[in-house]
Amino acid sequence: MSVEFLQYLFSGVTIGATYALVGLGFAIIYNASHVINFAQGEFIMIGSMATVSFLAMGMPMPVAILLAVALAVVTGMLLQKFAVAPAKNADVVTIIIITIGASILLRGLAQVFWGKSFHALPAFSGNEPINIAGATIVPQNLWVLGVTLVIVAAVSWFFTKTIIGKAILATSHNADAAKLVGINTNMILLFAFGLSALLGAVAGIIVAPITTTSYEVGIMLGLKGFVAAVLGGLGSGVGAIVGGLILGIAEAMAAGYISSDYKDAVPFVIILFILFFMPSGLFGSRGTERV
Amino acid sequence: MLKRVAIKGAMALAVSAALISGVQAADTIKIGSFLAVTGPASFLGDPELKTLQMYVDKINAEGGLLGKQVELVHYDTAGNAQKARTFVKRLIESDNVDLIVGGSTSGATLAVIPLVESAKVPFISLAGAVAIVDPVKKWVFKTPHTDRMAAEKIFEDMKSRGFKKVALISGTGGFGRSGRAQATQVIGKYGLELVADETYGPKDTDMTAQLTKIKSTAGVDAILNFGFGQGPAIVTKNYKQLGIDLPLYQSHGVASKKFIELAGNASEGVRLPAAALLLAEQLPDSSAQKPVVVKYKTEYEQKYNSEVSTFGGHAYDGLMLAVNAIKKAGSTDKEKVRAAIESTKNYVGTGGVVNMSAEDHLGLDLSAFKILEIRNGDWTLVK
Repeated sequence: MSVEFLQYLFSGVTIGATYALVGLGFAIIYNASHVINFAQGEFIMIGSMATVSFLAMGMPMPVAILLAVALAVVTGMLLQKFAVAPAKNADVVTIIIITIGASILLRGLAQVFWGKSFHALPAFSGNEPINIAGATIVPQNLWVLGVTLVIVAAVSWFFTKTIIGKAILATSHNADAAKLVGINTNMILLFAFGLSALLGAVAGIIVAPITTTSYEVGIMLGLKGFVAAVLGGLGSGVGAIVGGLILGIAEAMAAGYISSDYKDAVPFVIILFILFFMPSGLFGSRGTERV
Repeated sequence: MLKRVAIKGAMALAVSAALISGVQAADTIKIGSFLAVTGPASFLGDPELKTLQMYVDKINAEGGLLGKQVELVHYDTAGNAQKARTFVKRLIESDNVDLIVGGSTSGATLAVIPLVESAKVPFISLAGAVAIVDPVKKWVFKTPHTDRMAAEKIFEDMKSRGFKKVALISGTGGFGRSGRAQATQVIGKYGLELVADETYGPKDTDMTAQLTKIKSTAGVDAILNFGFGQGPAIVTKNYKQLGIDLPLYQSHGVASKKFIELAGNASEGVRLPAAALLLAEQLPDSSAQKPVVVKYKTEYEQKYNSEVSTFGGHAYDGLMLAVNAIKKAGSTDKEKVRAAIESTKNYVGTGGVVNMSAEDHLGLDLSAFKILEIRNGDWTLVK
């Protein structure tokens, strides 16, 4: 295995891990409501931009991060309460369009309050490169991977072991039946938006020291996260994570071995193939139409 | 019938209103402007507009120009070339401006050149591309250095350090593409050889793959990055991460403190060409530019409480060239003003010393650029 290959792999896994977190956010909301929340990217932006501005106010890093995540979660819940919930009888497509509108609004607000320039977060623990078999990474890469692992473990524990997690799963399988057994499905939706906002914000914060951030950082990351979610099979948590990693690695390899010009085309080529040959994604449940 | 009368009456009113405003316009000198104050190029348009407003107010407070008040008519293009065309049409046809200073981006400027050429209105552009003044267009001038000059200045420095092989990495945005084209064109003149040519998208967040390719290319002496926005900052960070121990050059596109802030300590030792404005107080006292740039810097920073940028400096130069030309022409007659701009000699501005001629509507030479090195998070002049 050559040094270059290893280097591309590290880059790909790091960026892929963030796609995975964003993709997981898409999957959770899709599961709970069958809506694709295109404002998911804005949670990434809110997380990282709010951290930057809290830091600028002189707060210590951990406090700034906690507050920024909290801000994103509240935004996510407000979005559900005041934009999505009032339209609950509308078509899924209508709700998707509402989320697109919400994302434009959030981006506009960010532009007004936080300005249009780029910002960098300081790395969590220094910038000294670490050498692994000739390839190098910065400590922040490890933070990205570590935090992603912890979050993924926590989310899977949440869905399989806690009562709220099980309630979300129940709602996703059959909302009416869930209501009949006494699950407050409105609360579940609110919760799902809050949780996916949390995932987005965390993803945004942990990569910001590597990628820098600005009011429009959510567009591309959100889109790639969406591709990751579709790639893995919409609604599948494992799928979103695997999808994110495949995407990140494929991009890095394409940039390294083919040409960096085609890098951004890779995700979309992959998704075309996947949708053509496996319409429900890698891990998606095969949809059956009942006549 | 009544309706038709009413419409005619309204039209007559509108015509007389237009006449009155036309009469009023004769009492002021109108400088038109179209800048990208919002949108992706707002980091250009924002300081440019602030500079124009500040100095137009100042000129008016000091008694105006040729005894008349100066009026700035400005439209925000949001970086959109199509909008720029519409606004310039409006500036020429309904605002009847005497001259135009504006066009933050090369795209917007190039889009309006046919309009100003056929309307015969003097136009001083604030955008970078060589194509604006090469070939020379009768009514079009510009103040910023070109990307070709930036590339030449960099290669000059590389040559003087004895480098032979250069690896290029550039953004695929307008600035990076144009810079790449110019760099590949002029590199031969300096006896240097391009051995790697990588690109990245303007919104990319990771360039380690491209830099790894450069790192594994044999014999590279120096790396050149052409781009602006956050791209060059990420390139610089990745370059540090990969432990590449080759000298890194950036273009004038990163000549703002924001770059040092974004790239952090990875930017130590990075070299770039930039206008004297960035150095201001650090310039040697013998420099003719020193009083000009120090004055502009203090005035701007006092008024707006934010760091001065070279882009605002381009607007300052554009406005001053226009003001000097109108003074010299003694009127706002468009042909006289145009000729006066073209005959500008030894104008000391923030961008350098300007000597225009019928063949040169930019008037700057390579000495207008200084090579800076980033040391301890600040610019230092490389001698």
